[in-house]
Amino acid sequence: MENATVKNRPMRMKISGPRRAFLILNTTFLILFALLCLAPFLNLLATSLSSDEAVNAGKVGLIPVGFTANAYKVLVTKIAFFRAFGMSVLRVVLGTAVSVGVITLGAYPLSKGNDAFRGRMFYTVLFIITMFFSGGLVPTYIVITKLGLSDNILALILPTAMNAWNMVLLINFFRQIPKDLTEAATLDGAGHYRILFQIVLPVSLPALATVILFTGVQHWNNWFDGLIYMSPDNFPLQTYIYNMINEANILRQQLVTNPGDAALLAQIPTKTLESAQIFIAILPVIPLYPFAQKFFIKGLVLGSVKE
Amino acid sequence: MEEIIISPETEETAGNAETEEVVENAETEETAPLLEERPEGQSPKRKKANFKEQLVLHSMLLPGVVLVVIFMIVPMIGLVMAFEKYNVVQGFFGSPWVGFRHFSNLFNRPDFWQATRNTFIIAFWKIVFTSTLSILLALLINEINLHLIKKTVQTVLFLPYFLSWALLGNIMVDLFSYSGAINYFLEMLGIDPVYFITSNRWFRIIIVGTDVWKTIGYQIVVFLAAITNIDPALYEAAKIDGANHTQLVLHITLPGIMSMVVLMSILNIGNIMNAGFDQILVMYNPSVYETGDILDTMAYRIGLLQVGQYSVGTAIGFFKSVISAAFFSVSYFIAYKTKGYKIF
Repeated sequence: MENATVKNRPMRMKISGPRRAFLILNTTFLILFALLCLAPFLNLLATSLSSDEAVNAGKVGLIPVGFTANAYKVLVTKIAFFRAFGMSVLRVVLGTAVSVGVITLGAYPLSKGNDAFRGRMFYTVLFIITMFFSGGLVPTYIVITKLGLSDNILALILPTAMNAWNMVLLINFFRQIPKDLTEAATLDGAGHYRILFQIVLPVSLPALATVILFTGVQHWNNWFDGLIYMSPDNFPLQTYIYNMINEANILRQQLVTNPGDAALLAQIPTKTLESAQIFIAILPVIPLYPFAQKFFIKGLVLGSVKE
Repeated sequence: MEEIIISPETEETAGNAETEEVVENAETEETAPLLEERPEGQSPKRKKANFKEQLVLHSMLLPGVVLVVIFMIVPMIGLVMAFEKYNVVQGFFGSPWVGFRHFSNLFNRPDFWQATRNTFIIAFWKIVFTSTLSILLALLINEINLHLIKKTVQTVLFLPYFLSWALLGNIMVDLFSYSGAINYFLEMLGIDPVYFITSNRWFRIIIVGTDVWKTIGYQIVVFLAAITNIDPALYEAAKIDGANHTQLVLHITLPGIMSMVVLMSILNIGNIMNAGFDQILVMYNPSVYETGDILDTMAYRIGLLQVGQYSVGTAIGFFKSVISAAFFSVSYFIAYKTKGYKIF
């Protein structure tokens, strides 16, 4: 990006007519396109802040109609929502810690050459197999339930903890750490664990941050595993939202066949409340974006230079 | 030889691996530093110390290997149940053997072939549209000469990438629903409302379109990073030679990222069986099974939602895994042969 700015600055004095027209047109087009991509979120926010009547009548576009914060007031009293939120936070923290721990430990020996670590080929083949092939949904489900992990948070943490793709990222980063650094430590009598934690990790922070970010976001976003392994009381937030809307849709269909069933109607969350919950679930991810763009480019592009 | 690897966010299961994307520039032709050979004729003491050192390295891999064996290798062995009439009591190895019966039953079901076709069609168009649009948009965004606007556009396009389909899918279903915002705007334009979500004519278009919307921001960031990596000296030299702006884009920027584009396309072929399980699970409904049901959703519905159909669900998953592994191997082999790309 720096290059582009530097490149353009001296040029600005002598931008030709057609070029200027292109720049204005291009910039306008991209701004409009970005707004179009943002529109679904604006609609979501507008829906959550509109009156139920306006939403049901399909009158809400990008601005709230019949403004009310009622949905958020109801949301504050919904214990199930906050319990699910807490479950998600717990799974992000534990899941990321376990996964990054396992990956980091594994990446260190695999970043060594075949001669320095003689078992390397065996492990590489084992991990590559898992990248190419999988047992698929049903056998994995059976293994996890037979281990007695149903409705246990470990079912959300352990199966995805050893992520070979993230490990490759760290391996590539570890490889380009100057050998002198680790060799000097070996001569001083440091063991592999000490070298990893005191020398390799401190200089690998960009790559580590990238992996932590990816893993954390994955844990925040995964919902299908929650759906098949957890009971409704222990659903993480995304599963809770999926399930809430899914059940509401089933109830709405029943309402079509028995119109005017007041008991049924009372069970269905309003569209505004649904939107408010989705909106709140989006918020925790937003602060990550500035980091994401920075680390992405630093951690991924530079971090995985293969030599 | 130096190559830059960019790997995108990975899927939750390693087996469902997304693409690992890649490569750029080889400006310096360096030979890889040779690994130091261990000196021959070590003393017994040294050998013992070395053995201990190797043991330490193995111990570091232990947690990862245990997890992989339990949660990935054992389920692969569990695929034998696709050839059995599996029941929970008798388990993977005790259940009665039925050979290829589940497969021959599946191969006679029209909905199975429909799901297979849908998988290919949806994945194919997702790849085509995401790749072409992201290159085009990256080139256009790169032309913006106001830093703040450039950053903002980039960030907005990136926004959906880190959000789950449980949220985005529901946002989209509401947006396209009969009383949703899209129909609201159509009505303002005097167009009759459309039942998008239950229409077999529209469903695939919506699935592909919303997936492009979700993932394109990431691809743009990757391509913009590649453009930034192009040597500025090339542009200077071309300008001195009198090249105009269009020529710079066509003859320097585009060739500069071409290597990465080709490689990403090759690696994308490996993903042709991943049409987007969680997206479709959130967005589809029985009226669009004809155009929207894919192998993953079918395996889930039959294998886990219907009672006693574990083996049939497994057979569908097995069928998908085998084809997927074949495409994946071929695409990575081509990437290795043509671009020197290696996973490890």
